[in-house]
Parts: sequence; C-alpha cells; structure tokens
Amino acid sequence: MTQRKRLSATQSSSQSRRQTGSLLAQEEDDDSTFTQPSSTQVQRGLEKLTPAQVDQKTAEVVQYFLVKDQKKIPIRRADLVKHVVKEYRNIYPEIMKRAVRIFDQVFGLKLVEIDTKNHMYILVNKLETVEGASPINSPTNPKMGLLFVILSVIFMKGGVVRENLIWNTLKKLRVDPAEKHEEFGDVKRVVTDEFVRQRYLEYVRIPHTEPPEHEFRWGQRADMEVSKAKILEFMGQLHEQDPQSWSQQYREAHSTPSSTQASTSSQR
Amino acid sequence: MSSVTIHCFEFLKKYRCLLYSPIDCKYRVPSAAPHVDLLQVAVIHPTLQTTGSLKRAEEGRGGGNSRKARSVSDELSRDMSQQMGDSHRRFLQTMMANGIVDEQGARALYQHCCETHSTQCTPDKLDDFIDTINSRLQPMFMQIRKGMSEDNGQQYYALVNMAETNVTRMSSDYADNELELFRKTMDLIVGSENGKASSTDILNSTDTMTAKKLKKSETEHLLNRFVNDKWLNEKRGEYTLSTRCIIEMEPYIRAMYQDQVKVCHICRNIAFQCQICENPACGIKIHNPCVARYFKGRSEPRCPACDDFWPHEIPEVRRPQSRSRR
Ligand SMILES: [Zn+2]
Ligand SMILES: [Zn+2]
Repeated sequence: MTQRKRLSATQSSSQSRRQTGSLLAQEEDDDSTFTQPSSTQVQRGLEKLTPAQVDQKTAEVVQYFLVKDQKKIPIRRADLVKHVVKEYRNIYPEIMKRAVRIFDQVFGLKLVEIDTKNHMYILVNKLETVEGASPINSPTNPKMGLLFVILSVIFMKGGVVRENLIWNTLKKLRVDPAEKHEEFGDVKRVVTDEFVRQRYLEYVRIPHTEPPEHEFRWGQRADMEVSKAKILEFMGQLHEQDPQSWSQQYREAHSTPSSTQASTSSQR
Repeated sequence: MSSVTIHCFEFLKKYRCLLYSPIDCKYRVPSAAPHVDLLQVAVIHPTLQTTGSLKRAEEGRGGGNSRKARSVSDELSRDMSQQMGDSHRRFLQTMMANGIVDEQGARALYQHCCETHSTQCTPDKLDDFIDTINSRLQPMFMQIRKGMSEDNGQQYYALVNMAETNVTRMSSDYADNELELFRKTMDLIVGSENGKASSTDILNSTDTMTAKKLKKSETEHLLNRFVNDKWLNEKRGEYTLSTRCIIEMEPYIRAMYQDQVKVCHICRNIAFQCQICENPACGIKIHNPCVARYFKGRSEPRCPACDDFWPHEIPEVRRPQSRSRR
C-alpha cells in the first residue's frame, strides 16, 4: 500500500513537470470504475463489431504501449482504458489477448502485468542480448550503467542495502549524488525517483529511523530484465575472480531460471 | 567494494549490453511527423484513406518494399517465407532503436540476426526479409521503408509510422508553435530551388507566426532540436530535410505541396537538393547523386529530357564509405 501511495505521488509530480497534452493528465485513480467484463459479455460485444474494428483497436493499444513504454514507466490499465480502449471496454480482455500475441510474435516483447492488484503493465524484451556483436550500435542510455552498478551492489550484498552504502559506492566511482553529474544529471533524483518509477529499484524508508533512512532493493522490472548470472560474470571480471567463489550469489543466479527471459523465445 | 570499482564505468562501457533489454530506454515508435495535419491531408488527397480513427497513408510510392504483382505460385512460397522468426524480431528491434540504418548497415544487421538465431541468410534477400516484417507491421500502421539520401545517394532503411492517432501525436515532443515553425521551415525548403533554407530566412519567418511567437534564441534552440531529432540536417547555417524525414513524410509532402513538389527525372523520387535544367521550357530536377551517376563518363552532359546542354558542375560519384551523414 505504501508503495502505491508513493507511486501515485511521484506520478503526479512528474506530470506537472511535463506539459505534453491532456493524454498524460491522469486521474488519481479511476481504475475502480472499470470492471473486467465476463467472457459472455466479451462474446456479445464481439458480435456487434467487425473484425476490422477489433484489429483497429488492437493496433491502437499496441501503439499506445510502444509509445508509453519508452519512458519505462509502468502503464496503468485505467489510463489505457480511458485514453485508448474507450467504448471498446466491453471487449477489453480480447483486445489485450491480441496485443499480447502481437508483441510476442512481431516485436519479440512480452507484455507483463507487473502489478496485478493495481493493474499495471510493462514490456520486457524476450530476445537475449548478444554481447557487443551487433553491427549497428544502437543508442544506449548512460544511466543504465549507473543502474547496473547499483543493482550489482544490492545483489552482492544479499538483496537489500541501506542507502548510504549506495551513495558511498557511487562516490568512489566519482559520482557524487549531491552534485549535478554531466551525464546523469541530478543523480539522487535519477536513483530514488526515476529508477523507482520505472520499477528498477525499490526505495523504502526504514521504519522508526529519525532522521529518515532508506533502503534499496531490486524492483520488479529488474527481476525480469536483468540477469543475475551476468552480474556475477561482470563482478568476476571486475575483481578477477571466479564467479563461483561467491557461492551464495552463484546459487541464486543459477537457481531461478529467469522466467520471462530469452530462454522461452525460441519455442515459438 | 574495492578500489577497482573506480574503473567500473569504463569497464561497463566495454562490457556493454549487460541488461537483457538491448533496445534500452531509447527505442521508439517513430512518431508521426511533427508538422503533418493528416485530417487535412486526408481530405485533399485521395490516396490517403481514412480507416476508423486511424488515418493511414497509402504505402509510400518510393518505398521499394511493396511488391503487389505476384503469381499464385509466388504466393505459396511467400506464405512460407512470411513466417516471422527471432531473426526478424531482432532486426525490427534494432530498427526501432535506431530509426534509420543505411543499406550497408542493414545488410550487416540482417546477417547478424540470421547468425544469432541460426537461420539461413541469403545476401540478396534483404528486401524479402524486410517484406516479411512489413507484412506483420502493416496492421500496426508501421513500415520499414527504403529511400535515398540526397547527400550521398546511398540507400537507407527507415522505420516509419503511417498512422496519426492521439497516441502518436502524444509522442510528439513539440508544442503547437514549435510545430508551426517546422511547417514554415518545410515551406521554405520546398519552395526553394536547392532544397535548403537559411537560418536567417527561418528566423524571419517567425514574424508571421499565428501561434505564440518564438524568440530568436528559442528558434535557434528549436532548430537544434529538430536536427538532434533527425528531422533536419544543418550545414553552414543552411537547413535541409533529413533522409529519415523525407522517407517518412514523402506521401504527406506529395499531398501537401502538390503544386510545388518535383520528382527527380532519374529516380522518380521527390527531389529537394538537386540540379535543375536551365531550359525554361523544361526545368526538370535531378538529385545531385543521381546527376553524378547519370553523367558519369559522358563527355558532354545533356539534359535527359530536352537534350539541352547541362550547365552545372557534375559531382563525383560518392563511394558508400562515409556512413556518418543521414
Ligand atoms: Zn534521383
Ligand atoms: Zn531539360
């Protein structure tokens, strides 16, 4: 619950910063007005529509996800229904089923409901990274390097760390969270706000701390997108050490077959 | 953490792509071009059909990917080849991350994607490979389209969006008055003989803006953004339309500027940066790279339409080495 409050607070603050038009202006929460239609309702709804109309709406939903996912902020069902699905809400499950199939078959992406209670979705890549081999250098986001370091620290320290450890580590890397960084900008904001909203990190206040102290954990998106085995491999190279020597981390990295990832993509 | 971590970021740069998501934060649906009012286009231009709330442009005439005439037996083998695999998906994701890729790059990428997913790669079948992707993208009103760079004559592939919906409009990061400036720049470029607009002329055009007027510094900043977002190219204070912009907007440009727009006499694509026949009765346009190729090795260049002497300097044919400009 606390997480949700935090999320909607950060969302509204980020809106006031942007002015990209009415579509971004989200109501606080109108998802409660949406009830998932039953399968007979869907069936009846479909009978009243032409296949072209359904395809059309599906295409709009796919585009909406592709556009919104660029900011990596989870997409709320409430917004999707309000801005895109609209009068087709009675066949919402059918449209989503088709969108999922298109992401899977055409784009190699997986549409995941990251938060089943609040109905939020993200897109995850199903294709495994091929290191450094692509002949085309796609533009990369330098912030991902920063994120990777933080995720590595959290993972190596057993899954949860106090924020001071992160700030000190970054200082050692000559990234001072108190100063504006030339590549990352306001580092503290990127780490505690942007990465959190993107669900790469969780940043939660430790109870009964005064002044307040926070701790970091991996966010749900990190669980799905980031390979622990690769982090260990990276650590091994960095410290010139065999990844297996971190036995606990090694076990964790190789026990959970990263569910949504690449391994499934060839089975289609 | 030891002191080795100081080298961490340098290390990360070498050891890239650690995340599963190679498309990173940057991949995008190409937004519909910033200036286009498609509602208007759909009304004045019969080839643009309105389908429901998505207004879809007819497939670009210049795009080399539409092969309509196929025999029945072709149809069959086509069905086979239209199965999309991970190699296609990887190719598409890279196109989404880059927006535009030159032909050499696209060939290398095609090979890379096939090798990665152990599928057969036939070097001269790139366009078929892209056709397969396009057949699946079409319902989403997206397309990988081919076009020529007016700078170097090379072929490029760009991922374009043919739909203008509330969704794509939303992704446009420009305010109304900024879009108006783009439209004015466009007018200047299309109306010019050489396909260029000077920064002075663009700055002057802000005098007649109907939306909130832009200050000089704002205009300069905005022009930089158009260049960064690959809508415009800039060279010595003169602005031209980028290759990506031309590929993406060709159908709209043809529709919006029906009377002004000319096509290249050689390649039949829309022509901005070009040479013009000086015979007033003729006046055909030829792209600079097309001029270079057409007149190569001819002792006395003559207009291919009216046979008058071609008075312009004939540029050299450029080898596809320089891969920087788009
Ligand atoms: Zn030409
Ligand atoms: Zn002539």
